[in-house]
Amino acid sequence: MSFPWAKEYEPKYGLTKFFDEKLPLPRLVYNAVGAGYPVPRNLSYFWNFGVLAGFCLMLQIVTGIVLAMHYAADSGIAFGSVEHIMRDVNWGWLMRYAHANGASFFFMVIYIHIFRGFFYASYKPPREMIWLLGVVIFLLMMATAFMGYVLPWGQMSFWGAKVITGLFGAIPIVGEPLQIWLLGGYAPDNAALNRFFSLHYLLPFVIAGAVILHIWALHIPGSSNPTGVEIKQESDTLPFHPYYTAKDGFGLGVFLLLFFIFLFFMPNMLGHPDNYIPANPLSTPALIVPEWYFYPFYAILRAFTFDFILPAKLWGVLAMFASILVWFFLPWLDRGPVRSGHYRPLFRKFFWFGLIPCMAALFYLGGAHAEEPYIMFSQLATAYYFLHFLVILPIVSSIERPDPMPYSITEAVLGSDKKAVLGENAEPVAV
Amino acid sequence: MIRLVGILVGLGFALVALISFVAGFITWSNEEAEETAEHAFHMEAHAPADGFDFEGPLGNWDVAQLQRGYQVYKEVCAACHSLDYVAFRNLEELGYSEEQVKAEAESWLVPGINPDTGEAMSRAGMLTDYFPSPYPNDVAAAAANNNAIPPDLSLMTKARHDGSNYVYSLLTGYNDPATYTNEAGEGFAERFPDSMPGTGLYFNPYFANLNLAMAPPLTADGQVTYSDETEATVEQMAADVAAFLTWTAEPKLIARKQTGWWVLAFTLFATILAWFAKKQVWAGLKPKRED
Repeated sequence: MSFPWAKEYEPKYGLTKFFDEKLPLPRLVYNAVGAGYPVPRNLSYFWNFGVLAGFCLMLQIVTGIVLAMHYAADSGIAFGSVEHIMRDVNWGWLMRYAHANGASFFFMVIYIHIFRGFFYASYKPPREMIWLLGVVIFLLMMATAFMGYVLPWGQMSFWGAKVITGLFGAIPIVGEPLQIWLLGGYAPDNAALNRFFSLHYLLPFVIAGAVILHIWALHIPGSSNPTGVEIKQESDTLPFHPYYTAKDGFGLGVFLLLFFIFLFFMPNMLGHPDNYIPANPLSTPALIVPEWYFYPFYAILRAFTFDFILPAKLWGVLAMFASILVWFFLPWLDRGPVRSGHYRPLFRKFFWFGLIPCMAALFYLGGAHAEEPYIMFSQLATAYYFLHFLVILPIVSSIERPDPMPYSITEAVLGSDKKAVLGENAEPVAV
Repeated sequence: MIRLVGILVGLGFALVALISFVAGFITWSNEEAEETAEHAFHMEAHAPADGFDFEGPLGNWDVAQLQRGYQVYKEVCAACHSLDYVAFRNLEELGYSEEQVKAEAESWLVPGINPDTGEAMSRAGMLTDYFPSPYPNDVAAAAANNNAIPPDLSLMTKARHDGSNYVYSLLTGYNDPATYTNEAGEGFAERFPDSMPGTGLYFNPYFANLNLAMAPPLTADGQVTYSDETEATVEQMAADVAAFLTWTAEPKLIARKQTGWWVLAFTLFATILAWFAKKQVWAGLKPKRED
């Protein structure tokens, strides 16, 4: 893709010329994340989270590969091999805590990335494919994270695996054989642990592939922006490098500061103490919960307690999967002509006073004990969740009258000052 | 079409969730909420009076305390509890010399084989050996302890919420259930006569379900004779062994925090540089007034 004013890669040296002729990798990078990619000039810091997610994926892959060199996927010694990493492997504790907290931070970043998409309706045409690939990546991430949490073979690993694979048992007729086939047995054991390890190693590379498609699809229409107004002219854009590489660099620094505070000073805060107890099929923990990033969906799963035509458990499983699958249909459920929540007064109210409190409640309730009044609250939040995406969004987007919008990104940047002009945008200030 | 289907599906899920809500609400409002004994009498863990030296971002091991804690483990806890993930060589981190650790290892008997006959036997420990388990297997452990297997202590302070304080609170928290009253002044025996500990169980408000199978291990001041001048009160011994078990669970705790400060300092510096770089790069783009 490109805009006609996109800068073209010009190899200067013999070696770069040689490469550009035979294998134009430098040109690819230049056009993807270099000066050859024109980006809206008004992106806020919410647009940093794509790059941060990419960083998290690399971090997980690198630390994960090192951990796999010392880990043993055998139900008899898996727990001990993790302790071996923590105690005897040089910097093993750093690798393991970076990997465990890295997963949490990956999800924090991805949730902000997704909710940025909700607010600015980034899923709208012409960016449907980017959105669809994004939901696929999120599903792959959930599968990867779930299987990764099983590998230390602690109590929560074992019982989490048992509960989640048990969900397949709720499917009529084929459920139980399917569950046994998936686990390679009647309960999670060595067979399950080994295949989870195999898939946990495979899926990150599948994610990396999907991320390449995600970025490729992004480069067809170009990045969205906080006004939701499409790029009209050269003055609406800046070259990705150096402007957004510099901005992402600062964002990455802030992210790393937060990450390192957790990693070095409270590495177990986001985990569960029970996972430091070796897996014991004969002793059920008082409270079985997944990692915090699955709480909203776990709350939805547990919200269905009444056998209405179908068994309650099946309703819960259907709702849990539906709660994410719904995102696939957003581009066609939201029919408003305007993207950005800034110019959609009614949509914005439902976002801030409906969806956000609803998600906050689900995050809290998913980690709470399965007892009243928590279940009642998760039932209300679950009902709102489905109403929001499937009923409120289609209706609000068709009846709402958007606020007046700027004509172009340039106009939005200049504001109401009629005499303002843009600064030089051809070259960054010489350092 | 897709919106119509979507609205129907959305209404469907919302309806079933709301039916569950109504059913749950009716049950809940008709039920007398019965307070459980755990809810009324369970106590959150608290720190020893002087706290722990390793707490906080600047904390460090109190090596003398770790040594005293090891002594408490060895003389009291080790009778029933294993320490599977700790090797004798690790004791050097507690400030002992290699010779001292070697001598210490030799004072333990570990399972081995007779080098001539291959028969099972016990031999003196070596640096590379791990702490031996007090029982040959779980069945023996259960049989000797009224069916409750004493858990391994290596990771205990990480395997419980607020673990270091939990171990201290639990060890000092045993009480007589017949006379125990909580902060609200309610007597345990009067409120929950059915929850009184059965045979072989002991009341302890810091334990999740209030009654645990471990008899109070630290019963009298001076139970352990410390080689330093420290007075071996029950609180002191409990705090010392809690500190020791914090080390066994996370031997790299202090190394981790100290590394963290260097990493944070570098990252902060790099982030400040990145901020100025960003400012510099964007400086030419500020909209100007054309007067």
